[in-house]
Amino acid sequence: MMNKKSCFLVSIFLLCILLLGFTAQNNYFNISKEDVEFKVPKTFPKPLYKFKNNKLSPEIFVLGRKLFYDPILSKDSTTSCASCHQRIAAFAHIDHALSHGINGLIGKRNVPALQNLIWKDDFMWDGGVNHIEVQPISPITNPVEMNETVANILLKLGANINYKTDFKNAYGDTLINSERILKALTQFTGLMISANSKYDKYMEGTDTFTAYEKKGLQLFRNKCANCHSEPLFTDNTFRNNGLKPDTVLQDKGRGAITGKAEDNYKFKVPSLRNIALTYPYMHDGRFRKLSDVLNFYSSSPNFDSHAAREVYDIGVLTADDQKYLIDFLQTLTDKTFIYDKRFIDPFMK
Amino acid sequence: MKKSVSIYKFMATLSVAMLFCFNAWCKVTLYFDHYVKDRIIQFDTVNYINELGQLYTITKFKYYIGNISLISKNGITAINKDYFLINEEDSLSKVLHINNIPADSYTGIQFTLGVDSADNCSGAQSGALDPVNGMFWAWNTGYIFLKLEGKSPQSSSTGNMLEYHIGGYKIPHNCIRQIILNFNVQSDFKEDKEIHIKVDIAEMFKSRQIIDFTKISSVTDFHNATLIADNYMDMFSVISIK
Repeated sequence: MMNKKSCFLVSIFLLCILLLGFTAQNNYFNISKEDVEFKVPKTFPKPLYKFKNNKLSPEIFVLGRKLFYDPILSKDSTTSCASCHQRIAAFAHIDHALSHGINGLIGKRNVPALQNLIWKDDFMWDGGVNHIEVQPISPITNPVEMNETVANILLKLGANINYKTDFKNAYGDTLINSERILKALTQFTGLMISANSKYDKYMEGTDTFTAYEKKGLQLFRNKCANCHSEPLFTDNTFRNNGLKPDTVLQDKGRGAITGKAEDNYKFKVPSLRNIALTYPYMHDGRFRKLSDVLNFYSSSPNFDSHAAREVYDIGVLTADDQKYLIDFLQTLTDKTFIYDKRFIDPFMK
Repeated sequence: MKKSVSIYKFMATLSVAMLFCFNAWCKVTLYFDHYVKDRIIQFDTVNYINELGQLYTITKFKYYIGNISLISKNGITAINKDYFLINEEDSLSKVLHINNIPADSYTGIQFTLGVDSADNCSGAQSGALDPVNGMFWAWNTGYIFLKLEGKSPQSSSTGNMLEYHIGGYKIPHNCIRQIILNFNVQSDFKEDKEIHIKVDIAEMFKSRQIIDFTKISSVTDFHNATLIADNYMDMFSVISIK
């Protein structure tokens, strides 16, 4: 039997372990200067956004991360950016065909993955947003997403003593304005760079492909790379991929932005990086599995009459072709990106 | 030797004198006076009548002005490159103080109504262009150049609303308009000046095309936007320079 003294010692010991655990955990969320160093992956082209008027710093990045994960940015403080952009899904929304907003409202498009954003010339499926810094205003103010106003966010953040400290740490004073909020969010989302998949290592010569993966890559280059061009796996254009328009959603895509009839039902070609993680697929999330997508592209008689030439060029994909392609597409999964500690929810601290 | 010293002296005096001459600056105060025809605008309570005899009230009126320049026979002198958000509800916003204007004899003033395309594509901005001002489209990036809201019994929109949010910088929906206003007589700007610019909202519905509230009661994207933009070009006139 333990006496009182040893009981006391054991509790002190346990307390120490607990404290140690806490400190370790806190360090885990720390962001260093090296963490926000901006390195362009060797095989990537020059990014379009270079943080020129938004100098990267650990404190601003940390503020951006907190804002990204904080539901305070939505009208009823229930929904954060991360509610729909889940880290484990390469910041897409696993198993949700269409976006979900406050009060159970449903949008009309599938949540896109967030990765390699600084190589994009415009944003959203219709390319309506022309700059990474102003992109967050769209979901924040959309009535079926976060349904909040910029003015109200300033009020809410201004009334929050912790945020005052965060802004002071980030910018040197407690001024909270939209420019600072947007630039901080951009530091966080802009550094979401995925370039360390098995495919990338294979291309560098530091990993090998199986026979199936090699065949898949070959097929991919012949059939898919016209639009999903390497190394970003998108050519950033808008195309009609052959999907017949959903009669309920009535989504004209790019056409609603430009007002040009020839742009109707065109959508941005999405990157295929981390594609295995971002199901369901297509701009309206109508396909649950990669095999559904490949079956669709393999059956040109089902295409919309305005489908792009490139999707007709795909031709029939045999069962074997599909197997090879899916094996290859899985090599685009980037685990170091998904588990990168810089992107983990700081409210878990 | 002595001669050359005196030449230097003379030249020095001359250049100081020239500097003094060219450094004659003045200050201009611009007033944007909002009217409907000949009456100073009043929100909510006053009924106005458009060209088709349709009644309307006004509940909101604001717009962006930028790139202000003065025109003289020697050319165009940029006097301020900033953007200003002129808002009927905010009396301070309707008076612009512009300093350091080179003294000259000017024949007119020009400015942009709207926001240049480059400034529509520059990401997060503060000041007049801060999205918090409610003059920013999030879903199709760009600034709303002019916002006029009101009501008309003839309006076909919900709640008889009139809603004109005019913007767009891309061809063919470009709503940026260059406003050039000539002074009645050439004016010597030696001392500080006050210029009153009349902004007649009735012109928005008048020419070049008469706006019928039963047909066009809401413009919130590129549909019909340039129609209104061509009309708002004629809203401005200089009514006094003192």
